[in-house]
Amino acid sequence: MDAIIIETLIKIVVVVLIFSALGGFGTYFERKILAFLQRRWGPNIVGPFGLLQIIADGIKLFTKEDIIPINAERGIFIFSTLIIAVAAFTAFVAIPIYPQFTVFGYTVRPIVIDVNVGLLFVMGVMAVGMYSPLLAGMSSGNKWSLLGAARAVVALLSFEVITGLSILAPLMLVGSLSLIDINAYQMGGIDNWMVWQQPIAFVLFLIAGFAETNRKPFDLSEQDAEIIGGYHTEYSGMKYGLMMIGEYANMFVVAFLVSIIFLGGYGEAGSIVNGEAVGAWGGIWLILKVAFFFILFVWVRAAWPHIRPDQLMWLAWKVLMPLAVVNIVITGIVMMA
Amino acid sequence: MQSSLLLASASVALIAIGVPLLLHLTKFLGPKPTHSTAKDAPYESGITHLVGDANERFSVKYYLVAIIFVLFDIEVVFMLPWAVNLRELGLFGIMEMFTFVGLLVAGLLYVYRKGALRWS
Repeated sequence: MDAIIIETLIKIVVVVLIFSALGGFGTYFERKILAFLQRRWGPNIVGPFGLLQIIADGIKLFTKEDIIPINAERGIFIFSTLIIAVAAFTAFVAIPIYPQFTVFGYTVRPIVIDVNVGLLFVMGVMAVGMYSPLLAGMSSGNKWSLLGAARAVVALLSFEVITGLSILAPLMLVGSLSLIDINAYQMGGIDNWMVWQQPIAFVLFLIAGFAETNRKPFDLSEQDAEIIGGYHTEYSGMKYGLMMIGEYANMFVVAFLVSIIFLGGYGEAGSIVNGEAVGAWGGIWLILKVAFFFILFVWVRAAWPHIRPDQLMWLAWKVLMPLAVVNIVITGIVMMA
Repeated sequence: MQSSLLLASASVALIAIGVPLLLHLTKFLGPKPTHSTAKDAPYESGITHLVGDANERFSVKYYLVAIIFVLFDIEVVFMLPWAVNLRELGLFGIMEMFTFVGLLVAGLLYVYRKGALRWS
């Protein structure tokens, strides 16, 4: 029992460190990829290839003066920055971020806690993150923050339903909410990936993922020309930094979920021995898949303009939701036939 | 199962305590905050004489969306255990859920006809 507790504590520290670092690297790679797509240099002054830009940004954020506007509700204003970061990190607790491996004869399972309702846990925790924009916008004491919060929350609420409905059809096939079981269902190479059986659910879940992380085609909450920075207009210093880390960590949560549920996770041709994923290869494939989805997030940002709020609602309730319901019905009929 | 849930909640608490510690560093590293009227005012692109304030009421459309969300999301939550156990429930289970989905779609159509989803 004690060993389990110590192991869990170490895993938690590692997960938090890895993903706050990934959040930082995420901002660097986003700028670099955007620069590449727009034929610019991007960050290239600080360190080789501008790699130390992350550290420079971190120092800047930490040494900034901490401004809380006079109209703001102090307590809620501070608290709401924590929610998004805490929710994003907590979501990683139930995500298998690497296949099982052995170090010095000790078997490590790189998932902090193997909850048998892992997917439900992750989705629930991500839904808690929704309070962050709402409370941030309402406590800032700024019209634009309020408008940004209203837009963000309505978009998040609508796409929460789409996420839930689109994930039902794969769950019907797998029959388990554990992310490890979902991964095991797709073992044995590229033919067994869920995306071939559930293409509609894949597309719906990906679109909902873009909306839930407030990414480009759906980033209504942050438009400089209309509502300044949206709900984080009034935030500065490390409070702003925490919100950014939370957003990037959320992107990684979505990337992990899509990779594990639809693209076979760490089960990959070449890494299967006697039906079990072994060694580093599966893990490297998982990292590549996650990297692909991260690049996709940035690519879409560079390629597409954002849409209007009414178009977003139209898309969510009148196109995606009926599609998701039809997908569930078709999946049910095919399973029974 | 019990112990893993305990561990899960403990880890959640740990992360919830650990992340705010990051935030407190800025108090020691950053400059002492100074105050002035313009600095403490809400950000309005430099305009100091504010028009209106942030106590605006939301449009009722937002509340409608919130209510519709509650209904449909509870339905999704209700369907999750069904989806997981579908293979054991078999044909009977699927017919029951199709009835339920039919009601859901009828509800969506009603909301649509009422114009609650019209945003312009």
